[in-house]
Amino acid sequence: MTMTVSGRAQTGPATAVTSSWAGRSRRSGWLVYLVLIFFALLYIYPFLIQIGTSFKTNADATAHPLNPIPHDWTLDAFRTLGQVDFPLWFANSVFVTVCVTVGRVFFDSLAGYALARLHFRGRAAVTSAIVAILAVPGVVLLIPKYLVLVRLGLYNNYGGMIIPLLADAAGVFIMRQFFIGIPAEIEEAARVDGASIFRTFWSVVLPMARPALITLTILSFQGSWNELPHFIVASQDPALNTLTKGTAVLVSGQLGSGAQFPLKMAAAMLMTIPVALVFFAFQRYFVRGASAGAVKG
Amino acid sequence: MPIETPTTSVVAAEALSRRNRGGHRGSSLRRGEARAGWLFIAPTLLILLVFFLLPVLAAMWVSVSDWSGKGSPLGANFVGMKNYNELLVKPGLAQKDLGTSLRNNLYYVILVVPLQTVLALTLALAVNRRRLRGKGFFRTAFYFPSVTSSVAISVLFLFLFNAVGVVNAVLAWFGVNGPNWFADPRGVLHLLLGALGVDTSNPPAALVDHKFLGVTWWDWLSGPSVAMCAIICLAVWTTAGTFMLMFLAALQDVPDDVVEAAAVDGASSWQTLRKVILPNLRPTMYLVITLGLIGTWQVFDQIYVMSQGDPSKTTLTPAFLSYQTSFIAGKWGHGAAIAFILFVIIIVFSLVQRFVMRERETVPRRRRISSWEKHR
Repeated sequence: MTMTVSGRAQTGPATAVTSSWAGRSRRSGWLVYLVLIFFALLYIYPFLIQIGTSFKTNADATAHPLNPIPHDWTLDAFRTLGQVDFPLWFANSVFVTVCVTVGRVFFDSLAGYALARLHFRGRAAVTSAIVAILAVPGVVLLIPKYLVLVRLGLYNNYGGMIIPLLADAAGVFIMRQFFIGIPAEIEEAARVDGASIFRTFWSVVLPMARPALITLTILSFQGSWNELPHFIVASQDPALNTLTKGTAVLVSGQLGSGAQFPLKMAAAMLMTIPVALVFFAFQRYFVRGASAGAVKG
Repeated sequence: MPIETPTTSVVAAEALSRRNRGGHRGSSLRRGEARAGWLFIAPTLLILLVFFLLPVLAAMWVSVSDWSGKGSPLGANFVGMKNYNELLVKPGLAQKDLGTSLRNNLYYVILVVPLQTVLALTLALAVNRRRLRGKGFFRTAFYFPSVTSSVAISVLFLFLFNAVGVVNAVLAWFGVNGPNWFADPRGVLHLLLGALGVDTSNPPAALVDHKFLGVTWWDWLSGPSVAMCAIICLAVWTTAGTFMLMFLAALQDVPDDVVEAAAVDGASSWQTLRKVILPNLRPTMYLVITLGLIGTWQVFDQIYVMSQGDPSKTTLTPAFLSYQTSFIAGKWGHGAAIAFILFVIIIVFSLVQRFVMRERETVPRRRRISSWEKHR
């Protein structure tokens, strides 16, 4: 089952597999720690600088870039962000992300269940069509998506920002894999007792699919929170800016022309916080989502 | 982010599904399943048709039309291969811009894919060690940038690499006077040649006189610009974490007995790594390189946030050029055509890579073991 693949990344018997190899070179153990600590510094220090710089004055930020501790603490950057509609962008991001995530989780599990369990003509064709769609690089679709949004009257409104993101072939496959992996007896019992297919799906199957649903929720949350190109082509009204688009425009626009690094760092930090919170709370689900791809075969 | 996790999961899901297919159901329960099946799949299917199939058809039409962005594209005139011709054949600004963007992205791919793969593998091998203290800490630290937004990371790197920023401050410790990264269009290969004593202000006539896609041979050989190097660092730093997780999962599956056998036979760590562990990581390696190739040819977010193609168009990429040509310059036909050209490039690169790695990939595990036996 896909979902458990990476569970073993943490514990599991297989950890010992390469250990005899690694264990033999114990003499070089300190070297490994040195390498790891070096890279950990390379990965963590930039974020510390980001946090520290948000509370600095402009002059302090450029004078002492390496020091994450502000000389004079100030909240100027955050005040300026309040004036450039940052709270509105935040609200837009939250709204779009919630809608996309709820919609995706529901549609993906419906479709995944149909592809895994329900027998209907054309199922194989639909399955391979979705695989083919996945192979097309997203960036290539930017212009055509804009064309369709304009035609459908979905350009420059929440509908256009949300609806196209609801189709998520990857999520459909994650759910399909999960449903294939769980035994069918329980649902069949429910069906024999006379429950409708949807009722069986809703009250019997979905509750069993909790781990997969959590993984999917997190992937959708992360994906739509971080999305940029789709919002660039789906709207132009500044009132519809999400955090990603608003910040991108802010950085490349006239406010970004001056150095103003504390302002930029504060924006980057604030948009990172929600993802970071979810990441640290549900880390193992992130790991599952990512390494679901690393299947051995 | 250059890499998209969901795509990854699907590759895996597909691989797994091939194994798990089957399962028998009572046929009495199948009544109504056809209707329910289509009903269940309808929302997803509808959205995919409207926002995938329809757009592709629309773009195909626009790429052979003279649509100017106003009114319905259906009202535009058919111009045949004119847009493609102006981009690929006819000398002019359109051709030169496409050529420049392809050169920039090619260097980006050539550097990012190997570097991120090697870094990811190194981190995975280091984190995978037995009795490593803080294993979870290190894994989290390396993976965290992968889950954060590309915009936030780009903004952060704008600060790290600015003229008086963190990177230059560190370089100053070593007495190096760092460049003004995002304002420096000089190609690093040209700089290298200059350092070796080649007169770069006066390049050989043979290289200057010949052009490919509107760009002189000399300029094709520029290497990535200094500005692009900063973006390359960003890409490697950000994506290595995701691929590290994939390698970590694969390392769990390296057969114990083979590693043991190698150890008993007195193979050095390096030999064990090369002859035993790496061959077993080949499927993951294939996945990582494929995803890397697909992702790096699509770089857009970072360019949009950090450079918009500047300085001197040395960070222009086909994805960004396609956007800019359509939305900013209003040449929708050109923009759509660039998107299709990019699509073909990605397909070709994936196929070439599949062909290159094909032969070794089919070597069954048994053979790998015996090939180790031979080498000892």
